[in-house]
Amino acid sequence: MGKKRLKKLFDKKGNKLSIYLTAGYPVLDAMPKLVEVLEQEGVDFIEAGMPYSDPLADGETIQKSSAKALKNGMNLDLYFKQIREIRKFSNIPILFMGYFNQVLKRGMDNFLQECVDSGIDGLIIPDLSPEIYMEKYADTFDKYDLGISFLISPTTPDERIRMIDNLTSGFIYAVSTSATTGKKGEFGDEHQKYFEEIKNMNLKNSVAIGFGIDNRKKFLMANRYADATIIGSAFIKAINDEEDFLEKAGLFVREIKV
Amino acid sequence: MKYTIDELGFYGEFGGAFIPELLQKNVMELRENYLKIMETEDFQKEYKRLLKDYVGRPSPLYLARRLSEYYGTKIYLKREDLNHTGSHKINNTIGQILLAKAMGKTRIIAETGAGQHGVATATVAALAGLECVVYMGEVDIKRQAPNVARMKMLGAEVRPAKSGSKTLKDATNEAIRDWINHPKDTHYIIGSVVGPHPYPDMVARFQSVISEEMKWQLLEQTGRDFPDRIVACIGGGSNAAGAYFHFLDNAAVELVSVEAGGLGIDTGQSAATSVLGSKGVIHASMTKLMQDKDGQIIEPYSISAGLDYPGIGPLHAHLIETGRSKVLTANDDEALRAGYLLTRLEGIIPALESAHALAGLEKIDFQPNEVTVVNLSGRGDKDLETYLLNG
Ligand SMILES: Cc1ncc(COP(=O)(O)O)c(C=O)c1O
Repeated sequence: MGKKRLKKLFDKKGNKLSIYLTAGYPVLDAMPKLVEVLEQEGVDFIEAGMPYSDPLADGETIQKSSAKALKNGMNLDLYFKQIREIRKFSNIPILFMGYFNQVLKRGMDNFLQECVDSGIDGLIIPDLSPEIYMEKYADTFDKYDLGISFLISPTTPDERIRMIDNLTSGFIYAVSTSATTGKKGEFGDEHQKYFEEIKNMNLKNSVAIGFGIDNRKKFLMANRYADATIIGSAFIKAINDEEDFLEKAGLFVREIKV
Repeated sequence: MKYTIDELGFYGEFGGAFIPELLQKNVMELRENYLKIMETEDFQKEYKRLLKDYVGRPSPLYLARRLSEYYGTKIYLKREDLNHTGSHKINNTIGQILLAKAMGKTRIIAETGAGQHGVATATVAALAGLECVVYMGEVDIKRQAPNVARMKMLGAEVRPAKSGSKTLKDATNEAIRDWINHPKDTHYIIGSVVGPHPYPDMVARFQSVISEEMKWQLLEQTGRDFPDRIVACIGGGSNAAGAYFHFLDNAAVELVSVEAGGLGIDTGQSAATSVLGSKGVIHASMTKLMQDKDGQIIEPYSISAGLDYPGIGPLHAHLIETGRSKVLTANDDEALRAGYLLTRLEGIIPALESAHALAGLEKIDFQPNEVTVVNLSGRGDKDLETYLLNG
């Protein structure tokens, strides 16, 4: 399904909402249940984070959720098992989000095959740079029906954005601010200018804006310029409750979308 | 065999820059400028002046007579412990602070394990009049208290890293995150030959002054400008890289790297990366690291904060993989014993890191006429409490 499911998603008109979750958080078997609720609430696609011991691009919230998830017992086998479980009841597009060492250690081919088999549609690997991907790994990735989304940030020059656009299949992940995930503070003129510039580039791929979106105002601003909005840290914070996380998840999405 | 980097910063299959896009600008700026700046006459003049008059180089090459007698061979100590701030780390920080200034940076960050790199960074930041933040694991803040006090006196802010094992790996994570969050004004002074390209190459070049001096010092003292063997400890591997640098292509020189065995290789409390580790990415570099079957990084352990690191620099991964260097391990107790031995035989208290290199001597079959150089990377003042507690 992979690429087709992502294409169908972005062919649809209107803004999409994506939620990042950390698999195994707040409780080990949370992911399938959360996806069910999120889909019911109208979330359009899921970034399913595989927790990592050393998440370099992540702020405190996701660091903590990752550490907790690993302590809860999350591992790659279980992760893929839960994705399979989700596929029994849902066709929502799902992206693997994790760090390159996790892909590498399993063996690139094994890993990608498991993604395809379990029902993952695409990958976001923040520490795999486009240059190294192109030079060393693109041939392997190309064998599998999976999208790959690269990040761009406010410091990425236009030429480089074009290069990244050519490598991407799925959507481009535009990081809102030059910061790790979960950065606080409202979007200002600077952000608006950056979002506008990206929009005006008319990229081949759809664009999703993420990092630091933690309230409705920022959500609406991102929506004005991008095809999709991704919310991570704020959602993780909201479901910090081993008992009531499903209700909290639903409530969170309703408050953002109203 | 080639021991230099290719276009993308790889030594053979190891190295590169596995960085999030958020770091791309910072890393590219450095990559495009470091050689250019380092090769200017102004830079070279100032770097050499500071190494001589401020650091106190050249560091002596000392024939340790009683230690030599003890092992029945000739052992020279490259006295990096006599440098200003007490270790080899200052060779690199002097170079990087000049680079930072040339690039117009106004804020300096660093990670530190033993605190030697933190002190060396705080020192050059004071010298350059730049703001300085040093990340240090909470565990290390406790076990290397004298260095924490020195950094504070030097005007640096010491920020505790509270995640993971609360040691060097986690301090490095925090420093990288800080750099992501400060994309314009900040230069990150990495303290070893680790991290994304160009750091491993850049830091090795700055540390190469160690082997550059060794060449003429050996010629003066032994009549030959290379030794039979060089022994150095490796955490990330910067002192070893510096001591090996000018001998990498001379196959007559045996390169012996000593890793920290902690409580023992099989105890689960170890930092012997090349023995326990496998290929993967740590701190944005493809190298060898300690990891589980899912690629999660395993928390290391060593009594020596500077060696308590689950990776090694990509140059070392390459040297080991190609058989150019040989690895020994020394456990906590062996390092402590070697530290005491040097103290009692030569009146030199070595850093616990360097004591691992010395402990390696126990495992080498020496010929009487061979020349072995041990890179004595630092002095042991910071470790007195640990030595005395375990004496
Ligand atoms: C005295 C001394 N030697 C060695 C090391 C280990 O670093 P490297 O392996 O980069 O030389 C340290 C690190 O803190 C140190 O302080």
